[in-house]
Amino acid sequence: MIRNRWLLFPLLLALVLGLSYAVLSLPDQAAGLQKIAADKIEASGVSNPVTAVLLNFRGYDTLLETVVLLVALLGVWSLGGTDLRREIAPGPVLDTLARLLVPVLILVAAYLLWIGAHAPGGAFQAGAVLGAAGVLLLLAGWRPRAALMAWPVRLVIVAGPAVFMAMAALLYGLEGQLLEYPPAKAGTLILVLETVATVSIGATLAALFLGCRPPNKKEHS
Amino acid sequence: MEAITLLLWLFDTLLGLGLLWLAWSALACPDLFRAIVLFVAFGLLLTLAWVRLDAPDVALAEAAIGAGLTGALLMAALAQLQHIRIVAAQGDAAQPPIDNASNDQPKINEGKGEER
Repeated sequence: MIRNRWLLFPLLLALVLGLSYAVLSLPDQAAGLQKIAADKIEASGVSNPVTAVLLNFRGYDTLLETVVLLVALLGVWSLGGTDLRREIAPGPVLDTLARLLVPVLILVAAYLLWIGAHAPGGAFQAGAVLGAAGVLLLLAGWRPRAALMAWPVRLVIVAGPAVFMAMAALLYGLEGQLLEYPPAKAGTLILVLETVATVSIGATLAALFLGCRPPNKKEHS
Repeated sequence: MEAITLLLWLFDTLLGLGLLWLAWSALACPDLFRAIVLFVAFGLLLTLAWVRLDAPDVALAEAAIGAGLTGALLMAALAQLQHIRIVAAQGDAAQPPIDNASNDQPKINEGKGEER
């Protein structure tokens, strides 16, 4: 143990020195890509530069992010946990709070999604708010029925990456570039993608919280 | 004007120090529940830091995902961990003579569920 500690100290020191050197050697004012992004923002279909970068200029990053979420959920499902909170009835406070808050959260999610085109917001934030609504419902004792978990939930969860990939393939066929929107239709296409992604992300996050794998058809029969 | 600049500088310094302190206490805390609460508090302070850095998009994402949902997920994972520990402890206790069969009944069912 003591030997390990002596080894650890120089390693940590090297890490600190390396990081300090990297930070100190950064240029004072990096040129960055801000100007290029700002110049092309007209053609992106949205006026919020962050959304323009995430959904248009670097669309494939966002595509891969939705896939990462899906893979994370598959990882949790493969652990096959059990649902612990099945028989706990919620108190009246939590029950009323959930009833009041869930519609508001859905509205906030829709607002964040819509405002994302020209102000801070967007699919991931809206999806997280939807996921929070799902977590609240689960905490208040609501459980999706087995029939709902069997394929509708899986369909919604897969829909985000699937629609994204279909759009990418379609645009690759039409425009010759992955996720290169025609400027005239870019705004609509981004909104469609974001809407599907929001619902999908919300469902994925709530399913992550629930944790247990939905029953298989084969296991049931 | 001068006073406001000084006040903001003070706020930023406190924010940075608070973040470092919360990060350290979350990592060093032996009680996992307290560590999760500290992590959520860290996420909320980090949201403020992103707002101070003029990055409202990142602040929104940090508040919703970093502080909110990750905290809920960590709590769910902690509940699963404690459940596994309780089942394991009950399994050890139940191996000698079976004392309270009524209490063991749900555990046996859960054991079957996990084996599937």
